[in-house]
Amino acid sequence: MNRAARPRSPLAALGVILVAAALLVLPFALAQAGTAWVRITNLAILFALLALGLNIVVGFAGLLDLGYIAFYGVGAYVWAMLASPHFNLHLPFWAILPIGALAACVFGVLLGAPTLKLRGDYLAIVTLGFGEIVRIFLNNLSRPVNITNGPQGIARIDPVRIGEFDFSTTSKIAGLTFSGPIKYYYLLLVFLVVVIVLNMRLQDSRIGRAWEAIREDEIAARAMGIDTTSVKLLAFAMGASFGGIAGGMFASMQSFISPESFVLVESVMVLAMVVLGGMGNIWGVVLGAVLLTFVPEILRYTVEPLQKAAFGRTIVEPEVIRMLLFGLALVLMMLFRPSGILPSSARRREREGRQP
Amino acid sequence: MSVLLSATRISKRFGGVQALSDVEFSIRRGEIYGLIGPNGAGKTTLFNVLTSVYAADDGRFEFDGAPLSGLKPHQVAARGIARTFQNIRLFANLTAIENVMIGRHVRTRAGVFGAMLRTRATRAEEAAIEARAAALLDYVGLAARADDLARQLPYGEQRRLEIARALATEPLLLALDEPAAGMNATETSDLRRLIERIRGDGITVLLIEHDMKLVMGLSDRVLVLDYGRRIAEGPPAQVRTDPKVIEAYLGTGATSATRAHAEPAPAGARPGAVPGAAN
Repeated sequence: MNRAARPRSPLAALGVILVAAALLVLPFALAQAGTAWVRITNLAILFALLALGLNIVVGFAGLLDLGYIAFYGVGAYVWAMLASPHFNLHLPFWAILPIGALAACVFGVLLGAPTLKLRGDYLAIVTLGFGEIVRIFLNNLSRPVNITNGPQGIARIDPVRIGEFDFSTTSKIAGLTFSGPIKYYYLLLVFLVVVIVLNMRLQDSRIGRAWEAIREDEIAARAMGIDTTSVKLLAFAMGASFGGIAGGMFASMQSFISPESFVLVESVMVLAMVVLGGMGNIWGVVLGAVLLTFVPEILRYTVEPLQKAAFGRTIVEPEVIRMLLFGLALVLMMLFRPSGILPSSARRREREGRQP
Repeated sequence: MSVLLSATRISKRFGGVQALSDVEFSIRRGEIYGLIGPNGAGKTTLFNVLTSVYAADDGRFEFDGAPLSGLKPHQVAARGIARTFQNIRLFANLTAIENVMIGRHVRTRAGVFGAMLRTRATRAEEAAIEARAAALLDYVGLAARADDLARQLPYGEQRRLEIARALATEPLLLALDEPAAGMNATETSDLRRLIERIRGDGITVLLIEHDMKLVMGLSDRVLVLDYGRRIAEGPPAQVRTDPKVIEAYLGTGATSATRAHAEPAPAGARPGAVPGAAN
């Protein structure tokens, strides 16, 4: 129903305020444990942005996309090419972000158009191929004209700058020291909040319902007057645009990108976040992204010391055990909670509970 | 009464099976038009050709003054033909009201930007969609079920929800594919009242039905198909006694034996079936 019109309970409002306060002080708490953790948090937010974009395609419209990272790559490369010494272009971020989103959107339609008649496994294979094609292009577009600088990637990418305010350097504001990652954290948090709000609005709209109709039953959707062709393309385009924005932020934050960042495994990771968190559920997807970014990092820092303490030496390499535990976690999840940590029907139960 | 839909020499072939051959009929505005025939007679195929799920091999439909040929299913819906399905096709994991709200898609306009910015126009449209959907649920007697998932509804209510969803598209012609299938006597009589009410509200109804009592009682005129061919058309009383119809349902030689019966047997009876056992 109309979410905006629904009265919020004071308890829920209090909860929102507490969460917001916690998120605001979080980077300073994390910085105590090391700036690395702030960076990891930023990465988690980036992945949450990506997963939210993919969720439109996979969760809302039910179209399995295994090449999603390509849009992230397109967004990142657009940023890198328009704001680095590579072409000696240094456009401001408010100009690049829309261009990156638009470029990714175009690629989304390019992928969507030929795959409209495909579903399930077949669609997955084609999208997987698409993701690889984009990566291989990025890898090889250094000759005859150097566009992407090939496998070397593009370096010294401009950070986000608003006027004189540079997001990559440390600065003091009101007596507090804001390091580069902390500043990016706040910027990404704003992006995340905006993208979550946009996704919620999309889900609860005429177009969102059309996506769900296609996911549920395409033939019935058509008979009800839904133009499945354009509505599917819209899902690809919207998902890709969000991916492109996340890609741009990634490029500016890392200041260096290469095709290696946009490999198939990354697509699979983002998909795993969506599935693990709960396809179609916005909060589930965010949770999935946060968990799948943090758990491997926590394991990285704990596996080796724990083994040393227990056996006096490292028996299994951290990298190996991380993937092992990660795989195990996914298998267990799918056995015991096949529709994700927060399944999307929770939204509807919540709705039922609040309606008289 | 003017003609709403006319079909001219509609033919459809699937491989070696001639599902429809040269079917002709016309439906007048405001009538309930029955479509009957033994299993495999081509009734559902005719529905699917009419709603562009399949393209006809030959022939044309003229609907509300313009041809239907070459349209996609969603364009047919936009023109004003809404349908239900023989095997219910609801959006099972969505609530009843969401199902009906999806039916409003074709009569509303909000796009992604309107939705993301939640403009005044979008909010007003959303409110109107929801109000209309709630009114339609009430219309079919499902107001209390608005927030139940479609798949959790009992069978009879799923059928009615499908009708509400179809009505949400503001059809000129409502095409119902065996709406009474599997219903008990109470549900069937509720359905009968609902269909009469829909017609009373000015919507033309095309009805495929195996429940002879229902279809003969409701329809103004009935079209009988057999092996993809039109074998009879007319008011129920006339069709009921048509020798060709009795033969199609009961087999050759049954004509004289069933004079006393005067009503074709329902569901699925094919030549060779025992007349009495079928009812």
